[in-house]
Amino acid sequence: MSRFRVEVLVTPRPGLLDPEGGAIHHALASLGYDEVAEVRVGKAIYLEVAADSAAAAAARVEESCRKLLANPVTEDFAVTVRGEA
Amino acid sequence: MRIAVITLPGSNCDQDCHRSVEAAGATAVPVWHREMSLGGADAVIVPGGFAHGDYLRPGAIARFSPIMTPVVEFARSGGLVVGICNGFQILCEAGLLPGALLRNRSLRFQSHDCALRVERSDTPFTSRYREGQVIWMPLAHADGNYYADPGTLEELECEGRVVFRYSDAEGESTEEANPNGSLNGIAGIVNEGGNVLGLMPHPDRAIDLALGWQDGLPLFESLVDSVRQRAPAPVAVAEGRALAGTAR
Repeated sequence: MSRFRVEVLVTPRPGLLDPEGGAIHHALASLGYDEVAEVRVGKAIYLEVAADSAAAAAARVEESCRKLLANPVTEDFAVTVRGEA
Repeated sequence: MRIAVITLPGSNCDQDCHRSVEAAGATAVPVWHREMSLGGADAVIVPGGFAHGDYLRPGAIARFSPIMTPVVEFARSGGLVVGICNGFQILCEAGLLPGALLRNRSLRFQSHDCALRVERSDTPFTSRYREGQVIWMPLAHADGNYYADPGTLEELECEGRVVFRYSDAEGESTEEANPNGSLNGIAGIVNEGGNVLGLMPHPDRAIDLALGWQDGLPLFESLVDSVRQRAPAPVAVAEGRALAGTAR
């Protein structure tokens, strides 16, 4: 069994009001970054997972996303295995 | 009559709820989150606070506390459950109420009095209010912005499951009166069965004029009335004696 570094990105669903993203967008615009069209803020969660394979680690983390790490009502998630720890 | 008040690590309104229950004439039973049983309580209150530090999302970790298994079972079997503020967030995370409470539109922690319009007086929690009545109580939260997908929102509205709506002093649900960006100004809802209530404002902080308001007390009194009405009829009924009007 190996240990895998797994990255989880949790992001607000498209269309969902994201006031934090809006505030950052406003700050960027006031610094002259007019080309920024949209800002959305999510969170990254880094895990180290013992598993037989990268696929097994990813499957296990995806299951935990559905139960705990993301709220299915408001958030999407993406799981990426970044390699062995 | 015994009403369980759950204490999770980070609950800070359990004592307020305890006093509210007692002021409404019932016995409040404190239940620690590691308990696996409600001890035969007649109703349950999940109080406000910051259970488990609000880490990840408010309520996300609390919903997996051991006590939540019997709370979910109790609710699913028709038991009366109230979630206030963080308690509302926990009931949503636990799937007992639809939708979610997002960060306030202002990105600020809002802490002030608010007016609410009572939309339904025919729930087990609001029988002591009048429909359309404007009531006042404090609110205190950073994540009270009620969100549900369009289909769920329409269901809530069509089925009359919005119980409290933020309003102005005249009972108008305006944009200015909406403290957090909640869709349709929703402050409180019930589940499909009508036996689970969640609301963001604090009736438990409005039970005594010494604190500014007592418009929250009728909510607890309504709950106590409802538990009494639901209690099994006394044995004497089987003996054919008229018990109408008998005080219990």
